[in-house]
Amino acid sequence: MLSEVGRQSPTKGLVRGAHVRTADSARTVVIRPRSWWVPVRLGELWEYRELLYFLTWRDIKVRYKQTLLGVGWAVLQPLLAMVVFSIFFGRLAGVPSDGLPYPIFAYCALVPWQLFARALTDASMSLVEHQRVITKVYFPRLLVPISAVLSSLVDFGIAFAVLIGMMFFYKIEPTVNIVTLPFFVLFAVITALGIAFWLSAFAVEYRDVRYALGFLTQIWLFATPVAYPSSLVPERWRPLYGLNPMASVVEAFRWALLGKGQPPGLMLWVSVAAVVVLFVGGLLYFRRMESTFADVA
Amino acid sequence: MSDLAIRVENLGKRYRIGTPQRYKALRDTLTDAMYAPFRGVRNLALRAARRQEADAGADGGFIWALKDVSLDVTQGEAIGIIGRNGAGKTTLLKILSRVTEPTQGWAEVRGRIGSLLEVGTGFHPELTGRENVYLNGAILGMTRGEINRKFDEIVAFAEVEKFIDTPVKRYSTGMQMRLAFAVAAHLEPDILLVDEVLAVGDAAFQKKCIGKMDEVTRQGRTVLFVSHNMGAVLSLCVKGVLLDAGQVKQAGPVQDVVARYLEESMAPEGEVCFAEDRPDVGEELRFAAIRIIGPDGKPNGSVDLLKGCHVQLEYHVLRPVQSAQVAFELYNSVGVCVLSSTDLDSEPERMREVRVPGRYTTSCSLPPDYLRAGRYWIDIASSVPGVRMLDQIRNAIAFQVLDTGSTESKLGQGRRGVVAPALRWETSPITKVPQQ
Repeated sequence: MLSEVGRQSPTKGLVRGAHVRTADSARTVVIRPRSWWVPVRLGELWEYRELLYFLTWRDIKVRYKQTLLGVGWAVLQPLLAMVVFSIFFGRLAGVPSDGLPYPIFAYCALVPWQLFARALTDASMSLVEHQRVITKVYFPRLLVPISAVLSSLVDFGIAFAVLIGMMFFYKIEPTVNIVTLPFFVLFAVITALGIAFWLSAFAVEYRDVRYALGFLTQIWLFATPVAYPSSLVPERWRPLYGLNPMASVVEAFRWALLGKGQPPGLMLWVSVAAVVVLFVGGLLYFRRMESTFADVA
Repeated sequence: MSDLAIRVENLGKRYRIGTPQRYKALRDTLTDAMYAPFRGVRNLALRAARRQEADAGADGGFIWALKDVSLDVTQGEAIGIIGRNGAGKTTLLKILSRVTEPTQGWAEVRGRIGSLLEVGTGFHPELTGRENVYLNGAILGMTRGEINRKFDEIVAFAEVEKFIDTPVKRYSTGMQMRLAFAVAAHLEPDILLVDEVLAVGDAAFQKKCIGKMDEVTRQGRTVLFVSHNMGAVLSLCVKGVLLDAGQVKQAGPVQDVVARYLEESMAPEGEVCFAEDRPDVGEELRFAAIRIIGPDGKPNGSVDLLKGCHVQLEYHVLRPVQSAQVAFELYNSVGVCVLSSTDLDSEPERMREVRVPGRYTTSCSLPPDYLRAGRYWIDIASSVPGVRMLDQIRNAIAFQVLDTGSTESKLGQGRRGVVAPALRWETSPITKVPQQ
């Protein structure tokens, strides 16, 4: 023991004193208080891509652990919503469905809607769920909501497969516009992410988000043409309707897959503009608040 | 030539007072804002003044967890950071590992950092051991290739080969700890920041961890090691930094710094009581106090070498617990463990006994003419041996033994040895040359 203590070098350089800075090629990180402007640093996100992969993979793996129906929930949720909508809106209220059988009319919209709702909810609460890790290890915090959004794509894939099955059942042939579908999926994801940037950062300090979310998605569902066609909205209000980006996504799904509904137009451009503002603003807000996450989480 | 791995300049971190306040509801802020207009101009002026006060560092609702800390760490150095709870040790590590940001000053870190502020960060109970190794490794900053390469080594170190494909929720706490530490121990950064993670698990596991840490420091990595375990700090580190109230109180060779710390944590009155709300406090058994009792039956932090003393522990048993023991380790000022003893030593037959809830006091006598003069400290722990730790307090009390006329001093000799017991010698003649 005693000899071990003796194996040390002198204490030079430990306490503040004169020293020479050596030019070193090793990676140097400078830590200082951040100013109000915080760059996004995409390069760093790319460096941490493996962690993004693992976080997403973890979310997917544990999602349906210890549930009876397992991944069946991914199918059951939109299916049950479809049944309820068909009975109450399609049958009893007689809501028009662009001349399509009401069930597939509703289901085709529910699939992207649930992707959005799920991604939004999970990603908004993601920082809170990960607070333990956040207070102990550094990594770009943006990975947390991003991975939550990515993992919701798996459920979407399954629900989408069922949608294809239903199209066979109803003998509906997809249109060539189906090639635009990936764009609209991405658009839904980016919309969810843009809002989740705001909400997740906000939720770190204000847990009100948890309670507001359920309410928000419910209202939003009715503001989106899921149970009804957007043709119910008067023509001149339609561009304004685009301020709800999900309205554009849902309409585009029906247009691309079922060949009904409105082709994307001015309404979509309004949506794109809205999402760009939401997304960029959210990104900056998130980065701005990031420094306080570990302190207030 | 001294290559700096870490350079810290005037680093400071300010927290709002009451920061263990977990979060606030929007309502609070809204009501604040609503009442604000009615507070009047006078209050506004008052608040502005208070804000200035706060900025000036006086406690106007803020506390500096770290203030004006400057220090240089040369590459390959192992540095122990010590200090009381709340001295800013963890805050310093959190800033250096970029978990949180400083309020002022800056730091420059050269090389890849690995930080271990906790064992098992990100472990998910539903995932198997194998999956958790990958997940935890990735969170700590390893690449998949690295984890692949070290996977077998990690599993072997953790001794969980048979259960590697079992969800970790089926693991015992000990197994989880071993696996978590194994992942962390195989991280190979240029700079390793370690915070008290060795304080988990049972004694055997702690020993293994310290062994691994020792290996890491020998590999020439830069290590910043926060611990209350002075023994580990003294054996692992070359230099030490003593933090007090967020400021560097002393920095230099580790023995000097530890000595200073012990001196300051001396309890001249020979008694230390422990707060009920310590972090990570035991739920079955928790220590309440430790005393060094002199021959007159009163606590006293200065022990007469010729008279000996009693180490008295007071503890609560909160829930019935079987096969537990209460133990202490006595360390001298250079971090050598002089002895360890448990309350089962005198009554080994009570080992299987269940301890019933209540308040207990137990006392162990350190015989006179046994310890050498100097400073000592005691770590106390209670555990179910080999199973789990119930409560543990490092550096629970420090005291000094005063030489009031030991044989050694009477003879005017310097001697070697960790203890200086007055052993009994008997001399008898074999042959005797008759005196003329």
